[in-house]
Amino acid sequence: MSDTTASAAGRSLSAMDMLKRYSIWIIAAAIMLVLPKIFTSGAALTTMCLMGIMIVFSLSYNMLLGQTGMLSFGHAVYYGLGGFLAVHAMNTIAGGKLPIPLPVVPLVGGLMGLVFGIIFGAVSTRRAGTVFAMISLGLGELIASLSLILRGFFGGEEGITANRTKMLTFWGVRFGPQIEVYYLIAAWCFVCMVAMYAFTRTPLGRLCNAVRDNPERTEFIGYSTQMVRFITFCISGFFAGIAGGLAAINFELMNAVNISGGQSGVVLLMSFIGGIGHFAGPILGAIIVVLLQVFLSDLTGAWMLYFGLLFVLMVMFAPGGMAGLVMLHLPLARRGTLHRMLPWYGLMAIPAAMGLGGLIALIETAHHQLVRTANDGPAMTLFGIAYNSNSILPWLAALGLIGGALLLGRKWGPQFADAFGTAAHGAETGK
Amino acid sequence: MLELVIFSTLNGVLYGMLLFLLASGLTLIFSMMGVLNFAHASFYMLGAYFGFQISQWLGFWVALFAAPVLVGLIGAAVERWGLRTVHKWGHVPELLFTFGLAFVIEELVQMIWGKLPVDYRVPAALDFSAFELFGTTYPAFRMFMLLISVAIFIALLLVLTRSRIGLIIQAALTHPNMVAMLGHNVPKVFMMVFGFGSGLAAIAGVIAGPALVTQPSMAHVLGPILFVVVVFGGLGSLPGAFIASLLIGLIQTFAIAVNYSIGDLMTTIGVARPLQGTLSDLWQVTVAQVGPVVPYLMLVLILVFRPTGLMGTRES
Repeated sequence: MSDTTASAAGRSLSAMDMLKRYSIWIIAAAIMLVLPKIFTSGAALTTMCLMGIMIVFSLSYNMLLGQTGMLSFGHAVYYGLGGFLAVHAMNTIAGGKLPIPLPVVPLVGGLMGLVFGIIFGAVSTRRAGTVFAMISLGLGELIASLSLILRGFFGGEEGITANRTKMLTFWGVRFGPQIEVYYLIAAWCFVCMVAMYAFTRTPLGRLCNAVRDNPERTEFIGYSTQMVRFITFCISGFFAGIAGGLAAINFELMNAVNISGGQSGVVLLMSFIGGIGHFAGPILGAIIVVLLQVFLSDLTGAWMLYFGLLFVLMVMFAPGGMAGLVMLHLPLARRGTLHRMLPWYGLMAIPAAMGLGGLIALIETAHHQLVRTANDGPAMTLFGIAYNSNSILPWLAALGLIGGALLLGRKWGPQFADAFGTAAHGAETGK
Repeated sequence: MLELVIFSTLNGVLYGMLLFLLASGLTLIFSMMGVLNFAHASFYMLGAYFGFQISQWLGFWVALFAAPVLVGLIGAAVERWGLRTVHKWGHVPELLFTFGLAFVIEELVQMIWGKLPVDYRVPAALDFSAFELFGTTYPAFRMFMLLISVAIFIALLLVLTRSRIGLIIQAALTHPNMVAMLGHNVPKVFMMVFGFGSGLAAIAGVIAGPALVTQPSMAHVLGPILFVVVVFGGLGSLPGAFIASLLIGLIQTFAIAVNYSIGDLMTTIGVARPLQGTLSDLWQVTVAQVGPVVPYLMLVLILVFRPTGLMGTRES
């Protein structure tokens, strides 16, 4: 996904070009500024804060997985350690009345992430592939187990709390209300996004891609793949630590969950669902997953199952993630043939809606029957239809919908793929 | 002290053999397909839950045979319609697929059987004490578990080294293309091995369910330990997996039995406990608490110093 046009343009850019080149960042900053004015409710604000934190975290993760091809199962270590140190730093600063304002605290977390990135990176980045993945898993479990043993630093199961308002005011801002914390997180998120994007444009960032795609050849050119992996790992740990520090400020609490294998799994899911092949993928993934976590958990008790199924289906049918699906349409947009696909999308929407509806009906009916019938009785409502979960009819209807969707998908799928190919590459290759 | 050693050794060997039942399938699957199967421990959990459900309906002995067969079929289906679809994207998506599958299976189990442990009891026929030693009895069911796992270990060894299908599997481990050239259906062999490995894991689940606790978290508690066994023993090496299983089984069992802290050691050398801070916590840590950490430490150390594992011949 490299756009060579930007570098080919040379050094002498006019003001207009500059504006064009950085327009995406200006838009992003504007959106972050305006969002709390549109969604003013407390719940929306908390959600957006979480999104900001997770965007930094998953972008830092994608530095490893997407850009350097290192699959890590223990990235929460750097997030968690950064967060814990930030909490301790907040308590120390507040206790000693040190002249350090709150907005600097995430940097403390980042440095902690960096230090441990250097220590653990030195051991784990010597090899790539499965060996690296296994070492990261081992280190992750090691630190997660230690977090329950070393109570002084990690606070055991209940964790460690801090109070962000006890610190010095920052030009009159106390960071008491959530909106002030939002702008703090948004600012850090923006800076980190820019920094991590800039990293992909440096020679080192390019080398990361080379190490991912062809490590042997990179070695022959004269670069140490181990060194590239190590430096990237450290920088990634630094940004994960910043995310942890932001989380510490936001929640004013850090506990063992933040450093556990589960957290490492979540960041992997986020990055992958968003798409690891594109810089914006993890941003998209963080937003989607946080939205799912917040809203789906209100709608249904089986939301974790939907989440898992979404991930499995993405891996099976769209390994490029959401960003990959969007990028697939780029050639169509460039050729101006996007509108030709619209009727096809309309057609495919029928089996898609049938399949999705059937699946939801199946899961919800099963969930109601298995989990809630004991307390609430078999009566339930789905899609505005009231029925009993222990009658056979809804089950048959759900299975029928799924079966129908599979049949229609089988029938129309190849034609759809043909039409897409024609629209993307022209008639000659579409056949 | 002798009592402690004997019982811990027995329990350690038992736990190790259970680990081996799981690890043997995992390491075979890995060396054939290059997939580290994150869902392997989930099949073990499914085995335990299926065993529980079937023994409620038809009794334990039916469950002992039916549950592994069912789980084996599920495993084969997962390979046929899941992994084979993902295979074309490469190894990382394959691994992530099993990762997501483990997640989904855990959610399904929670939905069907609830979040609390189920009441999976030792069958009445085996609910007596096998022998008494130093005034402590040893349950017969544990001896039965040991017997089953040893029997399966021997059967596995014979099948892999003496039978024709075993030879094909061994050949397909290292030279899948050559085996395919000779006219064997390698994808079918893969599917069989995956199903068979899942079935073995399910047997472990059926017999471990009553002795340990059958609950939705049992998969992700055991999963990482399995990786330690497989990686420590050397990826793809059955003898390595055997040694590593026993080693980790014994280490974990003995660690639980020892209630000795670092502070005790330091006090005997004459170093006083620091009054506060992280070091003070370290002083209080007992061997029993460190027990769960040791396998991961072993994993990291072996990967750093000998990435091929104990008996392995290749890194990944």
